[in-house]
Amino acid sequence: MSYLPKPKLHHPKLPTNAIGLTRRDYEGAISTLCAGCGHDSISAAIIQACFNLAIPPHRVAKLSGIGCSSKTPTYFLGAAHGFNSVHGRMPSVLTGAYLANRELIYLGVSGDGDSASIGFGQFAHSIRRGVNMTYIVENNGVYGLTKGQFSATSDLGSVAKKGTVNTDQPIDLAAIAVQLGATFVARSFSGDKDQLVPLIEAALLHEGAAFLDVISPCVAFNNHPGSTKSYDYVREHNDALNRLDIMLPRQEITASYAPGEMTEVMQHDGSVLRLRKMHADHDPTDRASAMHQIMDRKAAGEILTGLIFVDPNPTALHENLGTVPAPLNALGDAELCPGAEALERVNASLR
Amino acid sequence: MPQPITATNDFVVKFANVNGSGSASANGLFAKSILRMGVPIASRNIFPSNIQGLPTWFEVRVCEAGHMGRRGGVDMMVAMNPQTWDRDVAEIEPGGYLFYDSTRPMPKSKFRDDITVIGCPLTEITNNAYSDPRQRQLFKNIVYLGALSALLDMDVEAVKACIAAQFKGKEKLVPANFAALEMGRDWAQQNLSCPIGLQLKRADAVGDRIFVDGNQAAALGAVYGGATVCAWYPITPSTSLAEAFEKHCGRLRKDPGTGAKRYGIVQAEDELASIGMVIGAGWNGARAFTATSGPGVSLMQEFLGLAYFAEIPAVLFDVQRAGPSTGMPTRTQQSDLLSAAYASHGDTKHVMLLPEDPAECFTFGADAFDLADRLQTPVFVMLDLDIGMNDWLCEPFKWDPNRKMDRGKVLTAADLDMVAGFGRYRDVDGDGIPYRTWPGTHPEKGAFFTRGTSRDREARYTEDGGPYVDNMQRLLRKFHTARSLVPRPIAMPAKDKARDGVIFYGSTSAAMREALAALEAQGIHLDAMRIRAFPFHDDVAAFIAAHDRVFVVEQNRDAQLRTLLVNEEEIDPAKLVPVLHYDGTPITARFIQSAIADRAAAANVLPFRKATP
Repeated sequence: MSYLPKPKLHHPKLPTNAIGLTRRDYEGAISTLCAGCGHDSISAAIIQACFNLAIPPHRVAKLSGIGCSSKTPTYFLGAAHGFNSVHGRMPSVLTGAYLANRELIYLGVSGDGDSASIGFGQFAHSIRRGVNMTYIVENNGVYGLTKGQFSATSDLGSVAKKGTVNTDQPIDLAAIAVQLGATFVARSFSGDKDQLVPLIEAALLHEGAAFLDVISPCVAFNNHPGSTKSYDYVREHNDALNRLDIMLPRQEITASYAPGEMTEVMQHDGSVLRLRKMHADHDPTDRASAMHQIMDRKAAGEILTGLIFVDPNPTALHENLGTVPAPLNALGDAELCPGAEALERVNASLR
Repeated sequence: MPQPITATNDFVVKFANVNGSGSASANGLFAKSILRMGVPIASRNIFPSNIQGLPTWFEVRVCEAGHMGRRGGVDMMVAMNPQTWDRDVAEIEPGGYLFYDSTRPMPKSKFRDDITVIGCPLTEITNNAYSDPRQRQLFKNIVYLGALSALLDMDVEAVKACIAAQFKGKEKLVPANFAALEMGRDWAQQNLSCPIGLQLKRADAVGDRIFVDGNQAAALGAVYGGATVCAWYPITPSTSLAEAFEKHCGRLRKDPGTGAKRYGIVQAEDELASIGMVIGAGWNGARAFTATSGPGVSLMQEFLGLAYFAEIPAVLFDVQRAGPSTGMPTRTQQSDLLSAAYASHGDTKHVMLLPEDPAECFTFGADAFDLADRLQTPVFVMLDLDIGMNDWLCEPFKWDPNRKMDRGKVLTAADLDMVAGFGRYRDVDGDGIPYRTWPGTHPEKGAFFTRGTSRDREARYTEDGGPYVDNMQRLLRKFHTARSLVPRPIAMPAKDKARDGVIFYGSTSAAMREALAALEAQGIHLDAMRIRAFPFHDDVAAFIAAHDRVFVVEQNRDAQLRTLLVNEEEIDPAKLVPVLHYDGTPITARFIQSAIADRAAAANVLPFRKATP
C-alpha cells in the first residue's frame, strides 16, 4: 500500500454535482489491491454514491479496522480524514468519533474477518447502540492479507484454494444485524453496481445504524470453483429482493412503475426509497419478515440481496443519550467548565 | 493486665461487620461526627468482592495531629461479626478495648485478659424495641453508635447533626434514628463505665478541609478539565469514578435552558471498546477518558500502542487494585506502574500522573486533559483503591477562574489557509509535538490518514527504515518534552543534613510523612522526595545523585517505580533500596518506620556510634 499520488488534472467537461464537484474530487489514492478485487468496485460505488448525493468530501469521516477491506478508505474521498485503526475495533473508534461530533457522516469499512471474527462483539454492540453510521462489510469469506484462511462467513462445505473443506457454520452478518436492531440492513454484490450504489446512498442518508453486507470476491484466494463467494457463484445464486431508487427531498419524482410492484419508504431526512419489489410478500419495514426472507433464501441455497430492512424513523445514540445538538468537540470553556464558584459549593457540601 | 490505653483524639477504632447489614451508614456517621467535632480522621473501608454476607471492616483513625495514613494497630474493636471474631480480638493492642454484642453469652476463652471487654446486648435492645426484622438489623447499627458516643464521650449534638444531614430530604426518618441513638447512649450510660480511656474532645483541627474519596474527586477533575466523552466498563475499584462523573455532570454540565447534556457517557461492552471509543473521540477533537483498573489496562494494550503511535490524546484513570489476574479485587496496591508506563507491544512509553490524595486527584484529573491534548498521547492518572474508594480529609478543591483549556497544537480552517503547508507528523517546533487537524475542518486542506502502521512526516504509509526511525526518535523527543510539562516532584529536605534519601508516591504519601517525623524523632534523618509523574523530572535524578542511598517506598512486590528509575534514569540499582508493602492493605507509618529504621541501623552502625559518645 505505497502512497501513489494521482494526477490532479481534470477533463474540463467532467459532469459536476449540486456542489460543483466532479467525480474525481471524491477519489483517493490509487488502489494497491489485486487487479479485479471486489473491494475496488465497492470503493468506486462509494465514490459514485457520495458524488450523487453531493456530500462535501471533508464532512465524511472514514474509519476501518485491519485487513484488505480496511485498506480501502485510502482509495476514496481523499479530502476526508481517515482512520485505519485496530483489527476488529473500527466500531468502537467510530462510536467515539461520532460521540465527539454528531455532525459528520461516519463511514465504517470492515471485512468479514474484521467484523465476524475478531470484531464480532464490537460489530454487534455498535449496531445495537444505534450509532449513526454506514457500516459496510466487504465480505469475501476469506482472509486475504494473510493468504487464504477461512473466515467466519465462509459457507459450510466451501472449499479453500488449497482444498480444505470448511466444516464450521457461517455467520450471516446481515441476519445478525437485523436481530441486533439495526435500523437499515442491506446486502449486495460488488459486481452489481446498479444495485449497490443506491443502497450505499440510502445508507448514507439513513440517520441511524445502517449495515451493508457486500459480497466481494477475493480474486487471489476465493474465486475458484469450490468457493461460494466467487464471481461466478454469486452471479448464479444472487436472488435480489428488490431494486432501489433514491429520491432526495425536493427532487421531482419522475420514475414510474407499474402499481403493485413498487413500495416507497420515506426516511427521516425526507429522502424516499422507492423499491421495485421482486419478492411480493416482503415488507422492508417488517423486521420479522426480513429475518424470514434471509432464512428462507438461505435454505434454498440462494444469496438474498437488496434492501432487507429499514426503519424509516430510527433513533440514534445521541438522541438516546440526550446530548446537546452542537458537536461536543465544539463546546468551549464557558460551556464545559462549571467555574470556581460552583466548586466552592461542591467543597461546602463535602465539609 | 496492662494499663488500659488512655488517649484523647488520637486512637484507632475498627468496626468488624458483615457486608450488606447496613453498617456502612452507621460507621460513616461515626466518622463524620468526629469530623464535626473538629477532630481529623482517616477512615478506610476494607471490604470483600461480594454484595452480602462476607466480612467487611471499617477503620477510623482519630488523629488531632492530622496524620492521614493508616497507623497500624487497633485500640478499640467494635466486633459485630462472629465469623471474624477470633482474628478481630487478636488484632487489638494490649490495653485496648473490645466492644461486642453481649446478647448471647460467649465462653471466657473467646476473650483476652489484656484488654477491656465491653459488652452491650444490642440484639436484645433492638428486639425489644422493634418487631420488623429489617428495622432490628438497621437500628442495631445506630444503637451501637449511641453506645459508642457515650463510651468515647462524643458530642451527641455533633452525631445528631450528622444524622440530620444524612437524612436530608427524608426528614421523617430522623426522629426514629435519634431514638435509636438515645437508646444505645442511655443503655451505655446506665450500665457501663463511661467514658473509657479513649476519648474525643472538641478541637479546631479540621479547618476548611473536605472529606471526599478520590474517585469522586478525579471525576470532578474530569468535569473541570472539559471531558465530554466517557466510555467505560464496570470494574472495581474504578466503577464509582465513572458513576461520579455522571452524577457531577448531571448537576454541573447540562444546558441550563434545555437540560440537554454537554457530555456523552457510554457503558461499553468491554475495556477494549472503552478505550477504542476514547481514542475515536480524542481523534475527533473531544476530551475523552475511561476509568478502569489493572485487568482493564491489560485489555487495552493494543489500543494504547495505537494511541501512542498515531498520537491521539486519551486520558485513563487507573484505580489500581491487587493483582496479578483477578488478584484481590477489593484490596489496594500500586502494581500497575510498569504495565501502564510501557503499555503495548513495540517501543512505547506513556505519561503517568501519581496523585497522593483526592485533592490531587481533582487537580491531576483536570490537568491530564491539558497534557493529553498538548502531548497528543495517552495520559494515565494512577489512583489506587485506597485513594479512590476511601473518604480522605484533604485540602479543598481549587480552581483558577482564569484558567482555559489547552487544546494543544490543533490547526483550524483559518490556520490551514495561512500556513504554507501541513504535514501531520512534522516536528515544526523542535519539541517533538506535531500539529494536527480534526476531521471535517477544511474542504481541501489538512486531511490525513491516521493509522497504526508506519508513516512518513506527511502521514503517508511507508515501511522504509529511515522515516520509521525518524518518527520513533521524534516520539522520544516528545516524551522528553513531557518531563517539563508534568507535575514536578516535591522535595522535603530533612532538618539535619542527610546522607540518605527516600522516594515515595501516591497513596503512600500520608503514611510516609508520618514515618519521616517518627524516624526523625529516632535520630534517622532522611531527605524525601514525592514523585508526582512519569516521565521523571530532572530533579529526580539530581536528588538520587545527591544521596548515598535512596529508599524507594512502594505498595507492590516488584519495586515497580524503582525499576522505572533504574531503567529511565540509568541509576545504579544498588543505590535504590526497595521498601515494599503489598498485602493489599494500605501501607502504614509503622511499617515504613520500622522497615527503614532496620535498614538504616544495619548499615549505619558506625555513624550512630560516633553520634553517641
